[in-house]
Amino acid sequence: MKLVYLSTVLFPLFGSILAGLFGHKLGRIRTHQATIVGVAVAFIMSLVAFYHIVINGAPAFNETIYAWAVIDGITFEIGFLIDKLTVLMMLVVTFVSLMVHIYTIGYMRDDPGYQRFFCYIALFTFSMLMLVMSNNFLQLFFGWEAVGLVSYLLIGFWFKKESAIYANLKAFLVNRIGDFGFLLGIAAVLMYFNSLNYTDVFNAAPAMTNLTMDAALNENWNVITVICILLFIGAMGKSAQVPLHVWLPDSMEGPTPISALIHAATMVTAGIYMVARMSPLYELSEVALSFILIIGSITALFMGFLGIVQNDIKRVIAYSTLSQLGYMTVALGASAYAAGIFHLMTHAFFKALLFLAAGSVIIAMHHQQDIRKMGGLKKYMPITYWCMLIGSLALIGFPGLSGFFSKDAIIEAVKASELSGAGFAYIAVLLGVFITALYSFRMFFLVFHGKERMDDHTREHLQESPSVVTMPLILLAIPSVAIGILTIGPLLFGDFFGSAIQVLPEHDVLAKVGEHYTGVWGFILHGVFSVPFLLAAAGVATAWFLYMKRPDLPGVIKERFKGIYNTLDRAYGFDDFNSTFFAGGVRRIGRFIWQYSDVKVIDGVIVNGTAKTVGLISGVVRHVQTGYLYHYAFAMIIGLLLLLSFFLPW
Amino acid sequence: MLDLPLLSLVIWIPILGGVAVLAVGKYSDDDNVTRWLSLAVSVLAFLVSIPLFAAFDTTTANMQFVEQTPWIPFLNIYYYLGVDGISMPLILLTTFFTVIVVIAGWEVIKEKVAQYMACFLIMEGLMVGVFSALDGALFYVFWECMLIPMFLIIGIWGGPRRVYATLKFFLYTFFGSVLLLIALIYLYIQAGSFSILDFHALPLDMTTQVFIFLAFFTGFAVKVPMWPVHTWLPDAHVEAPTGGSVILAAMMLKMGAYGFIRFMLPITPDASAELDWLILGMSVFAIVYIALVAMVQDDMKKLIAYSSIAHMGFVTMGFFLVFSILRNTESIQGAAIGVEGALVQMISHGLISGALFLCVGVMYDRLHSRSISAYGGVANKMPVFAGLMVLFAMANTGLPGTSGFVGEFFVILAAFKSNFWLATLTATTLIMGAAYTLWMVKRVLFGEVTNEGVAGLEDLNKRETWMLGTLAVLVIALGCYPAPLVDVFHATVDNLLIHVTTSKL
Repeated sequence: MKLVYLSTVLFPLFGSILAGLFGHKLGRIRTHQATIVGVAVAFIMSLVAFYHIVINGAPAFNETIYAWAVIDGITFEIGFLIDKLTVLMMLVVTFVSLMVHIYTIGYMRDDPGYQRFFCYIALFTFSMLMLVMSNNFLQLFFGWEAVGLVSYLLIGFWFKKESAIYANLKAFLVNRIGDFGFLLGIAAVLMYFNSLNYTDVFNAAPAMTNLTMDAALNENWNVITVICILLFIGAMGKSAQVPLHVWLPDSMEGPTPISALIHAATMVTAGIYMVARMSPLYELSEVALSFILIIGSITALFMGFLGIVQNDIKRVIAYSTLSQLGYMTVALGASAYAAGIFHLMTHAFFKALLFLAAGSVIIAMHHQQDIRKMGGLKKYMPITYWCMLIGSLALIGFPGLSGFFSKDAIIEAVKASELSGAGFAYIAVLLGVFITALYSFRMFFLVFHGKERMDDHTREHLQESPSVVTMPLILLAIPSVAIGILTIGPLLFGDFFGSAIQVLPEHDVLAKVGEHYTGVWGFILHGVFSVPFLLAAAGVATAWFLYMKRPDLPGVIKERFKGIYNTLDRAYGFDDFNSTFFAGGVRRIGRFIWQYSDVKVIDGVIVNGTAKTVGLISGVVRHVQTGYLYHYAFAMIIGLLLLLSFFLPW
Repeated sequence: MLDLPLLSLVIWIPILGGVAVLAVGKYSDDDNVTRWLSLAVSVLAFLVSIPLFAAFDTTTANMQFVEQTPWIPFLNIYYYLGVDGISMPLILLTTFFTVIVVIAGWEVIKEKVAQYMACFLIMEGLMVGVFSALDGALFYVFWECMLIPMFLIIGIWGGPRRVYATLKFFLYTFFGSVLLLIALIYLYIQAGSFSILDFHALPLDMTTQVFIFLAFFTGFAVKVPMWPVHTWLPDAHVEAPTGGSVILAAMMLKMGAYGFIRFMLPITPDASAELDWLILGMSVFAIVYIALVAMVQDDMKKLIAYSSIAHMGFVTMGFFLVFSILRNTESIQGAAIGVEGALVQMISHGLISGALFLCVGVMYDRLHSRSISAYGGVANKMPVFAGLMVLFAMANTGLPGTSGFVGEFFVILAAFKSNFWLATLTATTLIMGAAYTLWMVKRVLFGEVTNEGVAGLEDLNKRETWMLGTLAVLVIALGCYPAPLVDVFHATVDNLLIHVTTSKL
């Protein structure tokens, strides 16, 4: 099986190297063939792994590939841990990636950087697989930073666009703030566990529950809590949780396929995956869990609000992604890791679908992304329309579709949770359902229904996208509908994850929810009469009323509540604060210490000052050396006389 | 093969080769002859140095490839050479970079070609001498002589303010060297020989140790350079020709750090333990303060120079973490991670900063400006170059999978064992390093073409592609598989750590 896992990661890497180094020699067609074959092989190998581990029930694979370095008895290594959690992630990553690869053929058809794009997305697939398949913290960090690198390269793919290169620098730096915490977390793990291997760490963790470290001023911190929170700061960067969420909306400057792949389906969920993978650690710290719960619920609710005021089709979906990532985080905080991963999976399908459908709209609109200039697209693009509808319904949790199951499970789990912060989280996720429905269908109605607001030129050229674009949409629509029905039983209430996810009995909210679980149909039936569904329906109705029935109303509301609107429009002012306080502040301090400390004090006073002093003194002293013999002779006689007068006994 | 005096060959082939290049340059008008001769000499020296790595015994901490003959018998001074796991990789780095520098100066240097090439070749031999000398007097001779070719390189082929820069460079380092000489002479009087290994074993009382420590510290800190004796470096880099900057960043800075680990730690272990806060404090201060200063530079060479100072902070910190780890955890477990991380950082910083200076040189050769604001949108015209420069920039920010990650990662891991807050401050480099490096990349490479100069740029030629491509391969290889390098350090570092944690009092 080692060969299977190795080829899963190596084929996309080879594809990427081929596309990157020889793309121009190979030409466009052979480049995309090479990378698509690479990712297709990875997908097939993931299916083999799924068959082997899940269907055949083989034990988890945990092996070292090579020792990266060995120092002081500590082995830093590259290795794979393939259990059911990993297999699930591998399937999601490779499937969405394959769809995006195919879609890219159509979307990037006329782009001069075609080969470069395929090189990057194949490299991304490799990095993401390295991240999820790792069996140790070193490789996790390697994959973690590598996906960040590819994200940087892809957001700035159109590097002539000032907004794109601003966004990619911002994304990288904000992620680095997260990684700063993450790296310290890893250092803490090494210090207290003397190993970076998951198995070693998880086995040793229960014995260290009460271990404390002396921080400063006799302040003692629980070691496990410190580790968990530091690692979670990394997840906050990667999975865009408040206040490190600011990079994700801007990342929409990248081409749409990568918004689907990286900034919706896979990379941004790396943080969720990481926390679920570390469940044996997080279970030991209720403080960390509460922290996660609160951060997640703030993100889920407040980022949803922002989706309502966006006019760029991709930014609406981006804020929706932020909000949904908040839901996943809430699930983790409530110890319902399986529900978090379940939502991660369903979200990967329907959000990739939504983004790719939005991309299809963008192609038809000649790269116009403002939804105020769309409308009535239904009759021009039927396939895109139906796919977008399925995606939106799945997102708002329409009973029976995939998002319904995962979202309901999270809401029920939070309701059952007894951790501090759970009450707030419950209100946030409940209210979030209404908001989600509102912004999703606002966008949906504005794009596909109502008046055609585009200019005549655009309208004349409106047409459905080619089949390389619509086929991935249809292929993603299938799991968006069905994956929930098919997998909720085993994933949430069965023992699918086994020992990959560990939950302490007192935290096990999913078991509590599962007591009422009688099967898929019962769950749907229960859902239809529950509060979340009513809230979702109300959201859709509100959207319909405001944007279809009375399109004059939103303007009135905007005027009436100007203060609130402005706050939302400026995204609560995070960006303004960051750019003045952090970016501006650092530059000001930098300039200050450079000009004063380096240039004026060290160079001006000490270095050049010393030189000047020497010069000054020698300037005075050199007058003694006149070069006249009689001056010297005179000085000698005077000296001699002085000496004589000193030594002679008078 | 092993009977050959390899170290002497690596020292004297380039020095004599340099003299030969001078002679040929005097009688031949064809600069290409001197170029090819220089390349041949540097490649030969590199090839001769490879067996040092290939035949190196990683299981012992003893000096290897030892050569010892009396030099000035009545003073008990020997021509005494040898390498261990610390110095051997640095010698390879030196011989490798000399080849790169000869190639880098190929078409660029048009005046006094023979003298230029000879300076670098002679300097190569002297630097190898510094890293392999085991006799204090011999070490000092190499150490001082090395300044001369560098002085000439900046002073003759340098930029407009080269006279100020050379004087500053020379006086700064000479000031340090004088204290170093005093310390060496004192030790000689005490030990009766100049053998560095005798110095290691010499028992000294605390007061003496502190004085010796401070003398060494001043001498070596200037060379590293550490804050606040760093201001010569940006000036020297800015004025030096590309090749000079590369050697300065890749090799010269390593000499100071080498002095720390060859002299200070083993000769004055108790003073080191007592005064480690000084080094740790200055290192972490360099990492934070210098990163802030680097942020606001408009001159690319200055920016990379400041970045070098911050990265060298990791080296000095890694060396001196052992004492605080011992105090904090009551064991030296993990201290080796810090020291070996610092050693990897030395090699890696050589590769990365060397590569970045070459990148600046490539642009400077075309547009004759080092100012960030003179560029913009270079990637449009030089895609291959942009790809490589982004790679080196990422390596400079410590991206995993590049060599830049390995050293920083290890040092931060070890720093955490020493003190949580020290590690926290150190780890800010993740953010700050990325900020100043990538901000520069954004302004230089990305965006629309900003001016006619950039619009007329041509992408890398074959020579430049090979030069930067080789470095790129090394940076990635070392990042993905550092084990072969790290294994070289183990025996020496373990031995060193036991030595420095054993009191001499």
